[in-house]
Amino acid sequence: MNWLSQNWERLGELLLNHVALSIPAIVISVLVAVPIGRLAFRKPILGGPVLGAASLLYAVPALPLLVVIPALAGLSPRSPWVMVIALSLYGIALLVRTSADAFAAVDRTVREGALAVGHSPASVFWRVDLPLALPVLIPGIRVVTVSTISLVTIGALIGVSSLGSLLTDGFQRGIVASVITGVVATVALALAFDGLLLLAGRVLTPWRRWSHEPRGGIPVDR
Amino acid sequence: MARQRTALFALAITGALTLAACGNGTDGNNEPDGQAGGETLVVGSQDYYSNEIIAEIYAQALEEAGYTVERDFRIGQREVYMPEIEAGNIDVFPEYTGNLLQYLDPETTETTEDGVYAALQEAMPEGLRVLDQSDASDQDSFVVTKAFADEHSLESIGDLADVEGVTLGGNSELETRPYGPQGLESVYGVSVDFTPIEDSGGPLTLKALRDGDVEVVNIYTADPVLAEGDLVRLEDPEGLLLASHVVPVVSERVDDEAAEVINEVSDALSAEDLVALNAKSVNEEAPAATIASDWLAEQDF
Amino acid sequence: MNLVEAFRWIADPGNWGGTSGIAARIVEHLWVTFLSLLAAAAVALPVGVLIGHTGRGAGVIGAFTGAFRAIPTLGLLTLFGLLLGIGLAAPMLALVILAIPSLLAGAYSGIHSVDPTIAGAARAIGMSPAQVITRVELPLALPVLIGGIRAATLQIVATATLAAYTADYGLGRYLFAGLKTRDYPQMIGGAIIVIALALILELLLAAVQRTIDQRVTRPSTREKLGSRHG
Repeated sequence: MNWLSQNWERLGELLLNHVALSIPAIVISVLVAVPIGRLAFRKPILGGPVLGAASLLYAVPALPLLVVIPALAGLSPRSPWVMVIALSLYGIALLVRTSADAFAAVDRTVREGALAVGHSPASVFWRVDLPLALPVLIPGIRVVTVSTISLVTIGALIGVSSLGSLLTDGFQRGIVASVITGVVATVALALAFDGLLLLAGRVLTPWRRWSHEPRGGIPVDR
Repeated sequence: MARQRTALFALAITGALTLAACGNGTDGNNEPDGQAGGETLVVGSQDYYSNEIIAEIYAQALEEAGYTVERDFRIGQREVYMPEIEAGNIDVFPEYTGNLLQYLDPETTETTEDGVYAALQEAMPEGLRVLDQSDASDQDSFVVTKAFADEHSLESIGDLADVEGVTLGGNSELETRPYGPQGLESVYGVSVDFTPIEDSGGPLTLKALRDGDVEVVNIYTADPVLAEGDLVRLEDPEGLLLASHVVPVVSERVDDEAAEVINEVSDALSAEDLVALNAKSVNEEAPAATIASDWLAEQDF
Repeated sequence: MNLVEAFRWIADPGNWGGTSGIAARIVEHLWVTFLSLLAAAAVALPVGVLIGHTGRGAGVIGAFTGAFRAIPTLGLLTLFGLLLGIGLAAPMLALVILAIPSLLAGAYSGIHSVDPTIAGAARAIGMSPAQVITRVELPLALPVLIGGIRAATLQIVATATLAAYTADYGLGRYLFAGLKTRDYPQMIGGAIIVIALALILELLLAAVQRTIDQRVTRPSTREKLGSRHG
């Protein structure tokens, strides 16, 4: 643990970098994926191909993606935005299908009822569709959050520093404590965010009984 | 109500952008400081612990001499940082003569210390130059286990010609480099199989060598493991491998005075010193800044 | 443009043959994907089914899959590499761990979402617990379970490029070799082939899932649901 005692400050710094890369990517993923998911649900003809394309996006290997993005977007190869874009793409790929499922899970009669009592379509979205989609949506966002925080580590391969830097540096120098610290800190960070979202879900959907895991249980990654 | 929600939405987006901007800031300001500010020098380093130590030494020596230094360390591999240096975002960067020459001029045939340095000066891109090369070097070398060397009485690379079924391990690019399998064949008459191991002579490569998965590996000469006694570096009398000495690449913003400071560092840094610095990093797990300041104190800078 | 050159690289028949040609690399890539998936399924599916059936440990499973998902694959690969050395063992172990959360979640959710009254009815007519699982719950859970396999397959096939980090194996070779020698057409070409493989596997598994879905959800039931809403 000699290593850890000499590197507390660096750990804190890298943790902050890690968070600063994760949050924008997660927020962008949600902001992009939810409307696409809703569109896919509303217009199934469009939805099929969109959902297919999104899940394929997830199959793009990270390394080439990190080389192609700066070329296409005109960014410096190690701009943090390259990481944010790549992470957002993966996040969107994970969340689009869940979003479509989430809106599909909203009872149609509730939606029609809301329209019947005079809600505008926009109001139906904000006051009926979105809240009722949350029970499916939030577990999906939790998956995106956890996998994004885990994926940030690959930035170390292109010189964007994060907890992943502890993995590559520890590996080079053969310091196992550094690698393990990197892994543990990443997992801890991911679980902390996961816990926050779990709480947020309970606060936002007070009508649900949270004492039991909802039917359907853990979301599958799609 | 709807307007309130729109505002919330806008806030969320702004929040995301601000956070992203924060991320940008903490990762080092990439913008050059403009023409006016000649005092702040940006020192960069590779994503390689040994290189970071040298960069830290440059940085501390410059600070000692009154310069304001901004550190931009751990910038990946050459393909990532060279464009940044060429774009003027970094002013001082520790490099290695042979490897840098190979990057700038893949066709080069120079292999000697002075030949490489001279060719490198020619090959430097517009607006960049190299200062004096140091005695310290960190070049490619072919390494076998002591047991294997004893068994086949190996001293130089050429002795491998009499050994059957030798496999060479190293980064995948080694397979196509002039000093890779083809070079071994044409210069020394040694034929080898090749196994790629992508950690630049790091722990995986060493483990593969010690486990007997491969017989010969490419390891950098300043790697402290070579001092552990169970490995033998094969001699290279024909000069197949490029000499590669530590050399600072600097931008035009580095004035004569700053250049003098860095040259003094290069002059003081011996080959043994570099190995010792690396050993401190690997064995004592000390951070680069500590290792650098200790060395500078020893040298009375 | 790199993309055009990448396709030219793929189209060059000279790149396809031999032991390090594209064809051989594809076979290697699929093989490592298949083996990792098999190993992960052998661990995750029985556990997921059992927890879904008994309901015991259901509370832990969420946290557990979350934690597993959070483990950075890069970290696993480097740790296993330091322990196990070069070869396929380290990357395959990392791939297995990568695939477990999706498989576990798929199996658990599939079984868990089966209407408990159906399982209860099966017990009432005298089925043993094993029969309830294999004859009632598993068939009904299959569409969701296959969804988990689909997700895991996609993850593995995309990440199996990492095998090339410690072994002369799979399509990842083109990515590493291309990156290190700045041969970007080769690198992007390799990536395109990985994506194409993922596409093919995705379409295949989607077709399987659809077929099973139709068998499980009886057409008659579907019509009834449809008419109620229509």
